Amino acid sequence: MGEAETRLKALMIAALSGDAAAYRVLLAALTLHLRAYFARRVGAADAEDLVQETLIAIHTRRATYDTRLPFTAWLHAIARYKLIDHFRRMGIRRTLPLEDAETVVAAEESESAGAKRDVEKLLSALPPARRELMRQVKIEGLSTAEAARRTGMSESAVKVGVHRAMKALSAMIGPKS
Amino acid sequence: MKTGTLIDRLSEHVAPVRPGMAVRTLLAGLGVSALVSFVTMMIWLGIRPDFHAAMHTPAYWMKFFYTLALAGLGFWTVERLSRPGARANLQGLFETLPVLLLAAVAYLQWSAAPVAEHHALMMGRSHTVCPGRIVILSLPFFVGLFWSLRKLAPTRPILTGAAAGLLAGAAGAFVYAFHCDESAAPFVVMWYTFGIALAGVAGGLLGRFLLRW
Repeated sequence: MGEAETRLKALMIAALSGDAAAYRVLLAALTLHLRAYFARRVGAADAEDLVQETLIAIHTRRATYDTRLPFTAWLHAIARYKLIDHFRRMGIRRTLPLEDAETVVAAEESESAGAKRDVEKLLSALPPARRELMRQVKIEGLSTAEAARRTGMSESAVKVGVHRAMKALSAMIGPKS
Repeated sequence: MKTGTLIDRLSEHVAPVRPGMAVRTLLAGLGVSALVSFVTMMIWLGIRPDFHAAMHTPAYWMKFFYTLALAGLGFWTVERLSRPGARANLQGLFETLPVLLLAAVAYLQWSAAPVAEHHALMMGRSHTVCPGRIVILSLPFFVGLFWSLRKLAPTRPILTGAAAGLLAGAAGAFVYAFHCDESAAPFVVMWYTFGIALAGVAGGLLGRFLLRW
């Protein structure tokens, strides 16, 4: 039995006896596991919705957990059910591969990791020079003057480059008109 | 909503949970259903007039225990399927045991009887109404079980619905046995089982739509 199983199960048993602090710790830990689990299967955008749906399901159905059985198996069955339900609603017919219950706690992912991956995905759509400019100015936080010095461009060229890149990005993610 | 906010809200009120909630919820649903089903049978069909005499015949107890065994195993299966992560393959397999056992008894009766009686052993006097009545008397159990299951967390809706249907059918057949005066094992294994199986199929179809959460 894994380390995660032991730790999460202890938290769940405490939560079921009414320990709100343990419950909060449990939900926070599950969020990281679920985020990683769903992100790998549906992408970061839908993953957060599924994380929340699963947390609500865990909350409202927590009485169905039998403390004599592994917690991971219970958690995995709920997460997998929500995943299948998601595919069904999207009208995607898909057979999910059989997987071990442990996969649901195999990885953890923070919200920022998911966001970071989204940003990288967007940036990759820009031309290389502009992508580098955006990284320096908007992510590393260099000033226009610093970026100009580093790239050998004029300050106004940096400004225009960043402006155009921002425009291109917002066209990619903004509402489609 | 931010996931952090959600966690805050969910962990605001954490009422303690008593163990065995799934069993209690299912029993509550079944208890009310049993009452409704039994009263329906009394008003609609009535208990067989020779009930007291019949209680001294093995044929009566055969029906009694056959349906009770199927209902008991069905309950065990449904209770497990109502909880995420619990498997019910073994329980499902066990449910075939009473059927196989009664089929063996029916075979012995069949082979011992003269050929002229074979038709009566299998068809009895009520084979046209028996399965339909079992399904009707199982309806209260359907309502009770699905009401319970919607409070629980079955992760395989069709399978759980079918198992609940078999349980409802077996319970309906148990109630019907108070009225039914057939006594041949071939009849029971054929027509009782058919009625119960119909309920199982109906349960699977209903589960697909009603057991989503």
